[in-house]
Amino acid sequence: MSSDSDHDRRTTNRQAWPELAVLLVPLLAFVAVLGSIAARHPAPSLRVCADPNNLPFSDSLGRGFENRIAEMVARDFGRRLEYTWWPQRRGFARNTLRAGRCDVVIGVPSSYELASPTRPYYRSTYVFVTRAGRHAPVTSFDDPALRSMRIGIHLMGDDYANSPAALALLRRGLGSRIVGYMIYGDYSRPHPPSALIDAVVNDDVDVAVAWGPLAGYFAKTSAVPLELTPVRPQIDLPFTPFAYDIAMGVRRGDTTWRAQLDSELVRRRGEIQKILSDFGVPVVDARASRAGGRS
Amino acid sequence: MPSRAWKPRLKKTYAAVLTTAIVGVAAGCGKARASNTTQKQARDTTLTSAPAGGLRATLPAGSDVGQGSGEWTLPGRDLGNSRYSPLTDINVANVQNLKIATTFSTGVQHGHEGQPLVVGSTMYVVTPYPNFLYSIDLTKPGGALNWTYAPPTDARAVGIACCDIVNRGASYADGKIVYNTLDAQTVAVDAKTGKEVWRTQVGHPDIGETITMAPLVVKNKVIVGNSGAELGVRGYVVALDLGTGKQLWKAWSTGPDTDVLIGPDFKPFYPADRGTDLGVKTWNKDQWKLGGGTVWGWVSYDPELNLIYYATANPGVWNPDLRPGDNKWSITLFARDPETGHAKWAYQFVKHDAWDYDEIMENVLVDMPFNGQPRKLLIHPGRTGFVYTFDRGTGELLRAEKFQPINWADHVDLKTGQAVEVPEKRTHDGVVTRNICPSSTGAKDQQPSAFSPRTGLIYIPAHNVCMDYEGVEANYIAGTPYLGASVKMYAGPGDGSRGELVAWDPIAGRKICGVKEDLPLWSGVLATAGDVVFYGTMDGWFKAIDARTCAELWKFKTGSGIVGNPIEYRGPDGKAYVAVYSGIGGWMGAVAFPDISLDDPYAALGVVGAVPDIKKKSAMGGTLYVFGF
Repeated sequence: MSSDSDHDRRTTNRQAWPELAVLLVPLLAFVAVLGSIAARHPAPSLRVCADPNNLPFSDSLGRGFENRIAEMVARDFGRRLEYTWWPQRRGFARNTLRAGRCDVVIGVPSSYELASPTRPYYRSTYVFVTRAGRHAPVTSFDDPALRSMRIGIHLMGDDYANSPAALALLRRGLGSRIVGYMIYGDYSRPHPPSALIDAVVNDDVDVAVAWGPLAGYFAKTSAVPLELTPVRPQIDLPFTPFAYDIAMGVRRGDTTWRAQLDSELVRRRGEIQKILSDFGVPVVDARASRAGGRS
Repeated sequence: MPSRAWKPRLKKTYAAVLTTAIVGVAAGCGKARASNTTQKQARDTTLTSAPAGGLRATLPAGSDVGQGSGEWTLPGRDLGNSRYSPLTDINVANVQNLKIATTFSTGVQHGHEGQPLVVGSTMYVVTPYPNFLYSIDLTKPGGALNWTYAPPTDARAVGIACCDIVNRGASYADGKIVYNTLDAQTVAVDAKTGKEVWRTQVGHPDIGETITMAPLVVKNKVIVGNSGAELGVRGYVVALDLGTGKQLWKAWSTGPDTDVLIGPDFKPFYPADRGTDLGVKTWNKDQWKLGGGTVWGWVSYDPELNLIYYATANPGVWNPDLRPGDNKWSITLFARDPETGHAKWAYQFVKHDAWDYDEIMENVLVDMPFNGQPRKLLIHPGRTGFVYTFDRGTGELLRAEKFQPINWADHVDLKTGQAVEVPEKRTHDGVVTRNICPSSTGAKDQQPSAFSPRTGLIYIPAHNVCMDYEGVEANYIAGTPYLGASVKMYAGPGDGSRGELVAWDPIAGRKICGVKEDLPLWSGVLATAGDVVFYGTMDGWFKAIDARTCAELWKFKTGSGIVGNPIEYRGPDGKAYVAVYSGIGGWMGAVAFPDISLDDPYAALGVVGAVPDIKKKSAMGGTLYVFGF
């Protein structure tokens, strides 16, 4: 049992003590009845909202690292895992978590405003992705080599939003080097955002600036060896961060549930790191890169 | 008795209205002689002294497909999108007696944009997604349902549509009701039996395409455009064969001239719009492929010039610094030959958009004297806050004046056709820009204006909302953190009113009168030969005002906010009726939905701040209201 749960139990016991003396016997009987009901009915489910087509994060066949983490959490809480599938794009939180269709989203940035985030369980970074051995790896947005490269990035569409890479490149007058790939992509194809990594493999771009988990996973399985380098600077002044803390998201106000997940994340830290590592997720040290970050 | 006092006055006014309306209908029926007479009349009359009878304009020859019969068979009633009803039964003298005649629940909540059609003695209603088509028998007491057509649709489109799951209505032609579905199909349904005649998948929801616009049928061709610039799709218009649904041509909004259907006939009026392959050259590399310029608004047609008119949406992707160049042909008005799709002329309203001034607004076609000369005009009340008046034959911009207090541009230079911008109001990522007017929602949005040939005025449902462009905030799509600008919207300058019904003289370029409204106007407008103008508000009031003075004559509180467009028709009983949908939704109206939270800064693309009070003023609904005597 985690310290948080112990704390909760102690609090309950202290408050309940005077009544307990009188009600102890009936209470125990009641608990016994509850137990027999539970035995005859399926366990309550762990309701998770996830994208059915977005490896390496999640897919409907359960092949993503968020699926693996969800399975672990369900096991630990003795619950049946139940998914509500929804493409993770604008309206995702509104139509899923906030609409009560599930109780947790496995991965959200810890600064995400549409959910109440747990403590972060990993921190990753945008990376430069190049074909290994093709040229010296790009390490910084200030690398002069970028001036003659075709630079692939994700574009978000017309809703006042961009990949942070777009901002860093524009700031350096590299806008004309950008080749855009829609983050939404063609949803009829598997994991549409991976088209950006394909562009490096197929030589459609010289370098891509991609979110770490996506790049790490597809680099692992790529037929062409790829090189991944965390972008520098990690925070492009004045306020463009490239490393983000990722947490689980619950509905605002679900504080007890959030505390239970916080405990779980502490308890299962090692297992989670193992899953992330299996999926090639580049994890950065929070202490090293957090200074100045939004969180 | 009050009735004694008003009866004689009613008789006199009514007679005058009736007589002049008959002239108006005759003139609108396409006789060149009648048209000349009216232009002469119009020259002889000034607005302030116009008697109840003077006609100041005519509708283009052949555009009134209803021939004054009292039907409403196209989205804007006629091919020129006037939304002018020639009926005089309901007029300034008696409109205060209007009463509810019947209602019909569509069974769907969400934004009821668009308008019903009336063909013969049948009314047709298209709902928001799942896009049911209802046929209502108007000969039965209160109207009775003949049949319902439910198209097979892909529910995933619901998650893709940017701004609610709206539909802007159908067109009737050759025994068929033709309309679009949210998942980007066009369907033709037998108007009598309700049987599907054909169904064509025009766009692809998998790449972010939806369709919300009302198609226009022009010479056996169904003109359809796509939506989805928010998801980086590339805009286009297609023509489908009315008989089979087969695609006849497709004109893209970006790309090489062969894609845009620009050929030797292309003669833009202004040098800025001339050149080859501008749909490629005005973009960085291949970005025109994600270039936006969708076509989700209204299509007009002039039978005499044989040209269709429509305007394109904002360029993709956000932000402007990412797409150096003019970004043609986004935010562009096109005139095209409906036979081939080839462009005759084009005019780009805003180059290199920095505000989301998505200019798909209605193009109202009228014939009117300008500087004493009869001209074939196209009036475009813009999202940008300017009313643009063009010569629709040549694309020459004759006038462009502000109809709301806006500040992104000082004026439009009529010599060059170019807006003279205020540079500090351009947005850039990472730069805080305050007090930009109008906000991205525009000085008006898709809700169509109406034009009365009798008053010569265009009635514009306007917004007075400004915005601040602030810092960036982390968000998340498909497992990827990204940065979004925080856009705050609020009431524009003045007394705090966020909307206005503006009666505008497109020739003089000035407002004649107006009605200030608390909320932005998201309903369309109807103007009638009875000199009454109808419109609705987002808190559910349906109003009638005097077309000449803007004085309020009548109002009725409907069950939900109004974002639909009123129509007038003559029922099988010979009486005139006015009909409108009540059902809050659309872009701004979505703030009324229970699942749109005021603490969600990204909900409904930043409009939450503009209209947080809608939650207290309207709940969701979906009802057709019909009014009569």
